[in-house]
Amino acid sequence: MKKSVFLGALTLASMGAGVAAAATLDDVKARGKLNCGVTTGLVGFAAPDANGVWEGFDVAVCRAVAAAVLGDPMAVEFVPTTGKTRFTALASGEIDMLARNTTWTFSRDVDLKFDFVGVNYYDGQGFMVPKELGVSSAKELDGATVCIQTGTTTELNLADFFRANNISYEPVPIETNAEAQQQYLAGACDVYTTDASGLAATRATFEDPSAHVLLPEIISKEPLGPLVRHGDNEWGDIVRWTLNALISAEELGVTSANIGELSAGTNNPEVNRLLGTEGNLGEMLGLDAEWAKRAIMAGGNYGEVFEKNIGEATPIGLARGLNAQWTDGGLLYSPPFR
Amino acid sequence: MTTLTDPPRESFKLSMLIYDTRYRSLTIQIVALIGFLLLIGWLIGNTAQNLADLGKEPSFGFLAEPAGYDINQRLLDYNSQDSHLRAGLIGLLNTLLVAVLGCITATVLGVVIGVLRLSKNWLVARLMTIYVEMFRNVPVLLWIVFTMAILIETLPAPRAFRGENPEASMMLSDSVAVTNRGVYIPEPLFSNSLGNVHLFGESAIRFDVSLDLIAFLAVLMAGFWVSAWIKRRADRIQEETGDRPTTWWQRIAVVVVPTGILLTVLGFHLGYPELKGFNFSGGIHLRNSLIALWLALSLYTAAFIAEIVRAGIMAINKGQTEAASALGLSPRRTMSLVILPQALRVIIPPLISNYLNLTKNSSLAIAVGYMDLTGTLMGITLNQTGRELETVLMGMLVYLTISLSISAVMNWYNNRVKLVER
Amino acid sequence: MSDISFVRTEMLPEQDPPASTVGLIGWLRENLFSGWFNSILSLVSIYVIYVILSGLLSWAISPTWGAHSLNECREILAGLGREGHYAGACWGVISERWLQLMFGFYPPEHYWRVILAFVLVGVGLAPVLFDKAPRALLWFTPIFPFAVAWLLWGGTIWGPLVAMAGFVVGYFAYRFVSGIAGGLLGIIAAFAAPVIWWLFLAGPVAGALGAILPIGIEAVESRQFGGFMLSVTIGITAILISLPLGIVLALGRQSNLFIVKALCVGFIEFIRGVPLITLLFVASTLLNIFMPPGTNFDIILRVIIMVTLFAAAYMAEVIRGGLAALPKGQYEGADSLGLNYWQAQRLIIMPQALKISIPGIVSTFIGVFKDTTLVSIIGLLDPLGLSNAIRADTNWNGIVWEIYGFIALVFFIFCFSMSRYSMYLERKLQTGHH
Repeated sequence: MKKSVFLGALTLASMGAGVAAAATLDDVKARGKLNCGVTTGLVGFAAPDANGVWEGFDVAVCRAVAAAVLGDPMAVEFVPTTGKTRFTALASGEIDMLARNTTWTFSRDVDLKFDFVGVNYYDGQGFMVPKELGVSSAKELDGATVCIQTGTTTELNLADFFRANNISYEPVPIETNAEAQQQYLAGACDVYTTDASGLAATRATFEDPSAHVLLPEIISKEPLGPLVRHGDNEWGDIVRWTLNALISAEELGVTSANIGELSAGTNNPEVNRLLGTEGNLGEMLGLDAEWAKRAIMAGGNYGEVFEKNIGEATPIGLARGLNAQWTDGGLLYSPPFR
Repeated sequence: MTTLTDPPRESFKLSMLIYDTRYRSLTIQIVALIGFLLLIGWLIGNTAQNLADLGKEPSFGFLAEPAGYDINQRLLDYNSQDSHLRAGLIGLLNTLLVAVLGCITATVLGVVIGVLRLSKNWLVARLMTIYVEMFRNVPVLLWIVFTMAILIETLPAPRAFRGENPEASMMLSDSVAVTNRGVYIPEPLFSNSLGNVHLFGESAIRFDVSLDLIAFLAVLMAGFWVSAWIKRRADRIQEETGDRPTTWWQRIAVVVVPTGILLTVLGFHLGYPELKGFNFSGGIHLRNSLIALWLALSLYTAAFIAEIVRAGIMAINKGQTEAASALGLSPRRTMSLVILPQALRVIIPPLISNYLNLTKNSSLAIAVGYMDLTGTLMGITLNQTGRELETVLMGMLVYLTISLSISAVMNWYNNRVKLVER
Repeated sequence: MSDISFVRTEMLPEQDPPASTVGLIGWLRENLFSGWFNSILSLVSIYVIYVILSGLLSWAISPTWGAHSLNECREILAGLGREGHYAGACWGVISERWLQLMFGFYPPEHYWRVILAFVLVGVGLAPVLFDKAPRALLWFTPIFPFAVAWLLWGGTIWGPLVAMAGFVVGYFAYRFVSGIAGGLLGIIAAFAAPVIWWLFLAGPVAGALGAILPIGIEAVESRQFGGFMLSVTIGITAILISLPLGIVLALGRQSNLFIVKALCVGFIEFIRGVPLITLLFVASTLLNIFMPPGTNFDIILRVIIMVTLFAAAYMAEVIRGGLAALPKGQYEGADSLGLNYWQAQRLIIMPQALKISIPGIVSTFIGVFKDTTLVSIIGLLDPLGLSNAIRADTNWNGIVWEIYGFIALVFFIFCFSMSRYSMYLERKLQTGHH
């Protein structure tokens, strides 16, 4: 990246050639940093800790890509984006990839010209209500006040659901999860609706989580995944296969603990191909042989990332559910590494 | 014949464009204009190029598509199947509503606080100073968020009104319910309603006009007009004869009696809010988001207006008051005829800019989820359609129009009250 | 009989004034209870103060400074027998995160650079703001923006030096060209030469110098700016740049040249007519579309650009006010001395107009500084944005008042001290005129 720094009258202005239809990989390598778009803060998925180090489930994907491409999981610049700014930031080249629990939809993929590289979390929109209301189904919510997080597909799903069931409601649009939670707990709304993972994560931090229930209806499909710009297929492949490497590693039993041992060579050819001791998958991607090994070592395989950030051992306590491996009855199914 | 008039014509030299004062200003202006046009052309060229690269084409076709989302506070009828344009219009009306409400409250509060700051009561003056400093020195966004949080956390939820021994109860003999979802107040209803007139068919700007309201306003206006006529007549009689006929009861009666008759004919009654299901129903629901925004903007702007009012009053020379009392004017008339007209002259220009600020600050509604123009057109519509250029430019244009209209109206008023300077 | 005198010959000893008019009671009577209306007002005020203070203090005094999560706070308070939603504040979040709220993600080992930078701002502005400050500091004033920028963003020292050289280039271009081709061309050259220098030559020269003599400090990306440091950086940069822009716009608005005037009025009214948040939307979503393909400013720079334009429009109005407040005689006096337009502006008009405008400039600055909180809406992590990020941390999810209170307090301290300064200035200027 050609970098010419010039100072304007009083400010430091840094302009750099950034947008490019192709060769995002070259840009990232030249920059030595991956620019990754995340939320401005969502429990379990992305939030900075006291030292300013970002942590979370979406963050782990960015770190894995950075590890695969640059060899350093910490070589990521996290760009906080809002529902409004995320797509512009990606389209304009300000970020190289977006990992911001973004739902894969037709119009985003086709009309907005992005490529979703896969799904890192299968989610769906759900409802949470206080137990004392005695509601057992979303269809009983006629006349209820519903808190919605805006800037997502949520408000559209909600409007569709209530219209289809011909019941009325009062929407209360709210910008951030933290404020929605505050309103819900104070009783300013009867129901809180957002992605089920978000609901569970939010409920987990309540003083008394058992006083609230998630309703059985899941009113939408929300496949959340990282996305990149349309048109740079090489870069898209790298992000896609990094995600797949994490998923495959879990399926194949490769963990951050045993990876050193396994990378010495095993009698499972797929593990060998994944870890670069056999074949030349890395070269095909334009990376070195150990790319996937580094990606897995960054935060562990998919299962480890899940457990560390949002799994049952964490305060958030999400069960794997749909996000279990296909062998365990879930939807995670990585294409084979060959 | 043509002997004297023209001085010898100098041949025009290019350097005269710069050094000859006759041409210089023209040169500068043309250069500026060309520079400006080049800049605009450059921006448009870049934009077109970038949009082409992204594979987008600027188009306003999305405005006619169904919005797909619901809006809680709507002054006109709207549902999720209406167009984005309609949603934007609903948002615009919400912006105007909070701006108008805010300006009124801020002015009232500001005047009261400004006067109290000059109070001889030590405690009250100090308290008002603290108020003004507190609100002026903390960002308005923080106040909006704060107010919302206070409303949510301190007021009772509707469920507190339920049960045998409710923790909270309605006020003013069960007619007003104050909850943390908003305030429910009685609504006017007409049992023999005249109905509505539906305008503009099914287009995005369609709206209903209540004939009841029109009838009510017409009778009221007529009453005031007659009342004013009675006053003028009394003035005339006073001028001619020196005696002023007692007219106050006539003036009240011509307003009150016809409106009262009209309301009775229309079957006017109040619809009270009641707790039904999850929420109160019936009555007018002033939502929390509206109240929080309204309150925060009013309190914040009131602090500025208070300072303006205080400065305005203090700017009037004490000699003016003394001169007025020397003329034998009563203190009340001194205030209304001497002090206020002069203070207003100082107060109004900064007041205008505070009204403008309040209107512009209402765009922070997004922080409390009030669905104003920023929340609909530049918020959800932008998110759902990905049309940044079109929505943001439209939004800016609308705000610009509002601002320019306010300042035009207020400047016109200012010019009317302005003292003619020597 | 005759010695009966009706006139007292010796003075009575002075008596104390009635107890009700002196001391505490007298003061109270005079100031709080002089009449029924005042008494009611006083009682209501006392009650309000009592309610607010008693509620606030019982909440705020809470021994939770060492807690590491909200649950820990709740345990500590429960251990003290304080139950309920408002049992007490959870100050642990402040003691853990206050550095982050102040400096954002700036590398901790470089915090000294930020502090030094803002001290330099103070030193650089001192001779402008306080006339008691040593005049020698005035030499530092034109240098400090570059020093501050270098300290904040780091990198090679040649960048700021070469940028500063642009002004020197402009000066020499003026001297050289005006010597040959006259004043007006000289002025044009003085503007054109630095622009050419900055656009085309500064980058390579700085690069070359950096390669020869690599002096520099570690570069910090503006993305790592956050918290109050971000607000202050945006605020100060915007005000400093908007000042010259505002002067130009204000002069343009007063100009006789129709097109120039129309352009300036159009710009000022446009910017003042739209909310800042829409300008920030432009910065976050549109500015990259307006620039040539391939340009990519980072978001903080884009925000600074838009906030600067915003501040410039307001600044122009403040300075126009200052110009309008000057007696007409000053203009006429300048004319009668035979000064041309620029000489008159430079020597007579501007020094006086700017002096009158300083309070207005300070209050514009306060306004801009407060408005920087709006950047949280477009996803920048200013204090308010950070408060959301902090609340997204599982440990602190559910915290509301503590962070808001802290942010409000810091803003209050900043803005209040500035507004006091502005009042001091107004008083000083007033005595100067009488």
